[in-house]
Amino acid sequence: MASAVIPANQAPKLNYLNNGHSLRSWLLTTDHKRIAVLYLISVTTFFFFGGFFAMLIRLELLTPQGDLMQADTYNKVFTMHGMIMVFFFLIPVVPAVLGNFLIPIMIGAKDLAFPRINLLSWYLYIIGGILITHVMLTGGVDTGWTFYSPFSTEYTNTKIVEAGLAVFIAGFSSIFTGLNFIVTIHRMRAPGLTWSRLPLFIWANYATSLIMILGTPVVAITIVLVAVERLFHLGIFDPRLGGDPLLFQHLFWFYSHPAVYIMILPSMGVISELIGCFSRKRIFGYKFVALSSIAIAVIGFLVWAHHMFVAGISLYAAMIFSFLTFFVGVPSAVKVFNWTATLYKGSISYATPMLYAFGFIGLFTIGGLTGLFLATLGIDVHVTDTYFVVAHFHYVMVGGVLMGYLGGLHFWWPKISGRMYPEGWAKLSALFVFVGFNLTFFPQFILGYVGMPRRYWQYPPEFQVLNVLSTAGASVLAVGYLLPMIYFLWSLRYGPIASDNPWHAAGLEWKTTSPPPTFNFEETPVVTWEAYNYDEIPDKELEAPVAR
Amino acid sequence: MSEHEEHTTHSQGFYIAIGVGLLIGTATTVGAAFVNLGPFNPVVALLIATIKAIVVVLFFMHVKDASEKLAGAVVLSGFFFLAILISLSLADYLTRSWR
Amino acid sequence: MEHEAHNPALLHHFVDAQQQKNAASLGMWLFLVTEIMFFGGMFCAYLVYRLKYFNAFAAGSQQLSIALGATNTAVLIISSVTVVLAVKAAEAGKRKVLVGYLAVTVLLGLTFLGIKGFEYREKFERHHVPGPTFQFTDTFDDNGRQIPVDSNEAQLFFSLYFAMTGMHALHMIIGCGLFSVLAVLAWRGHYSPGYFTPIENAGLYWHLVDIIWIYLFPLLYLISRHS
Repeated sequence: MASAVIPANQAPKLNYLNNGHSLRSWLLTTDHKRIAVLYLISVTTFFFFGGFFAMLIRLELLTPQGDLMQADTYNKVFTMHGMIMVFFFLIPVVPAVLGNFLIPIMIGAKDLAFPRINLLSWYLYIIGGILITHVMLTGGVDTGWTFYSPFSTEYTNTKIVEAGLAVFIAGFSSIFTGLNFIVTIHRMRAPGLTWSRLPLFIWANYATSLIMILGTPVVAITIVLVAVERLFHLGIFDPRLGGDPLLFQHLFWFYSHPAVYIMILPSMGVISELIGCFSRKRIFGYKFVALSSIAIAVIGFLVWAHHMFVAGISLYAAMIFSFLTFFVGVPSAVKVFNWTATLYKGSISYATPMLYAFGFIGLFTIGGLTGLFLATLGIDVHVTDTYFVVAHFHYVMVGGVLMGYLGGLHFWWPKISGRMYPEGWAKLSALFVFVGFNLTFFPQFILGYVGMPRRYWQYPPEFQVLNVLSTAGASVLAVGYLLPMIYFLWSLRYGPIASDNPWHAAGLEWKTTSPPPTFNFEETPVVTWEAYNYDEIPDKELEAPVAR
Repeated sequence: MSEHEEHTTHSQGFYIAIGVGLLIGTATTVGAAFVNLGPFNPVVALLIATIKAIVVVLFFMHVKDASEKLAGAVVLSGFFFLAILISLSLADYLTRSWR
Repeated sequence: MEHEAHNPALLHHFVDAQQQKNAASLGMWLFLVTEIMFFGGMFCAYLVYRLKYFNAFAAGSQQLSIALGATNTAVLIISSVTVVLAVKAAEAGKRKVLVGYLAVTVLLGLTFLGIKGFEYREKFERHHVPGPTFQFTDTFDDNGRQIPVDSNEAQLFFSLYFAMTGMHALHMIIGCGLFSVLAVLAWRGHYSPGYFTPIENAGLYWHLVDIIWIYLFPLLYLISRHS
């Protein structure tokens, strides 16, 4: 009888984890799975740095007065929070950790197309990370993660060039990852694996990679222009010369808006995998879900100035961008409808990954809908630069991206580590995350609506109750994030050994061992089946097996 | 899966001829700049530049000869999204003074 | 598709040499797209300001030397021809011809950079380098009529001029370095008709840098030259 767990007395086979133990074999690896683990460790580190700054923000905002720190310091705190979370956590996390690990295996390949460039990507990330850490430790940057000129080019005396360099280098890490993924998916699919048989996680990462390639270079040149303005007085954005600060914003947001789709698309890909497995059904409307990933990537490039509605762009441009922004919600909605339709008459089980998937669907929907509010010019004028916006993007980035990531991490943990995590603790953490998240961010919708501006370190006393609720929620959320750190590490040594396919899931990654061997498969698979062929996969127990 | 890309089997003379064509294009661009075409001066200059760019992409970068048009699609998408950046930014700048 | 004794350059995660070649080629094309978008941001800035400050941009442009710019354009076009011929030589297994064409390409690239350096020095002497030393007293010659322009707006033109040609020159330097390395490797016999992918891909890079200059030249040097 198949079970999730095999007896511990079976000798471990040679796999990618035990194939070489030296530091050198890890730091000079070209194995995409090891690189994924390297990213997992580094990305988690930066998550906690960013989280530390979040904690400082929430502590300051417990009281209406600015009593924990100076205003200037607060500027630095929210800037470092945003910069680290956006560039060093949200953008790389799902592609570099889960994408790197899974993409070659899911398509039946031995590795990514360019394994050495993959390693280079990680080193670039680390170099960027060291630079931003240095900035963090030596005074930080205070412009907001958005670096707006002329404050960033002219008036601030913080380490803009160094922070910009950190982001620039991390951007190249992202570009090379995207390049690797596109070439791999085009050129290295196993025999029989046509585009329409690919898992939706692959489609999602492919779309993400398109954005990485097309968008990141624009923010790169923007950072270069800010740096040359500061260093060499080439005043491209300098208003004293006739330069337009809004030009900076156009160039900045041309990337930074699609960047949010870099963050969410891979997470949506994870959700497709989870929903399919834990309802034991093919994803409803596979082609629509696949194409909606591409649609999000393309349309996502057309909407950037919705971040600039009150900045001084022309009313006609604002109307055009508002109109286009409504369109970008459509493919996301298509996905949500298709996932829901997949659940209908599915055989649903509630393992931890599925809990995160449910959380994603609800919270992403709220986040996405509030995006439409913001796309509406009349409403945006009222709530822009308030906590409404802050709540909106945390709903999609934390309620969306992060929950998808956690769901995926739990789902593929047995494959990555060869161990099962403790299900009871995992479910408890998921609960903490969900409750803590909503308690933190829902009050912020209200705060923004009644007028509390963002990036302010003091506020009128009537806003205190909502702020205290938000901070309380953040403490609960923090517990929800710390627990997995503990039990995942615990599981590496004490967790039950996982079988090849503990979830009885579809997908090539489940046809190899947990953990996989260095070259992924004993023999290159030949694919003759459609994706999510759950009607063909034997399923001994109807509910997903649980680790003991 | 891998598809075979044919190789460039054009002659040396062919590529030199293309090169000469590009040089003539450059001379034309310079010459046209000295003629007063009103608002069409930049249009002509950019048109010739675009033709030159297309020639380089098709013949020097062998996009014309490749059996699989993926490279062509890739470079086209690059220019397409650049056009989006420029045109939607101009949608703002050109309408700023409208009432 | 399989070679009996496989090329030592074949990497083991690929099924065969053709897959490796196709992957490398697609990878280079994607990288070129990033270059298009990278320079594209500056082209966007240029366009916005040219529309806004046409007179100042025209005045600035009129201070550039068409002769030098056109010469540089010709130099780059010829170097693109030598690159294509180098690839052809590699494909035919003609090692010495290959090295020759690569060397000529590098020389042409250095010529371009030399002329550019000369132009930059001239700008420096005339106080047209943006920053505290910038001075611009020339006018926009509009069909004989001399229109004075705002010196600040002219400084914007020159900021973009230096940013765009400077970034382009940086890419030329990288290209020259790349081809120098490839020339040395080619001399040592690293390339054969069965494997010359790096030459092809470096060629793609060089052609793109050429294309960028093909746009830079008329946009920077040829604004309102009729009079």
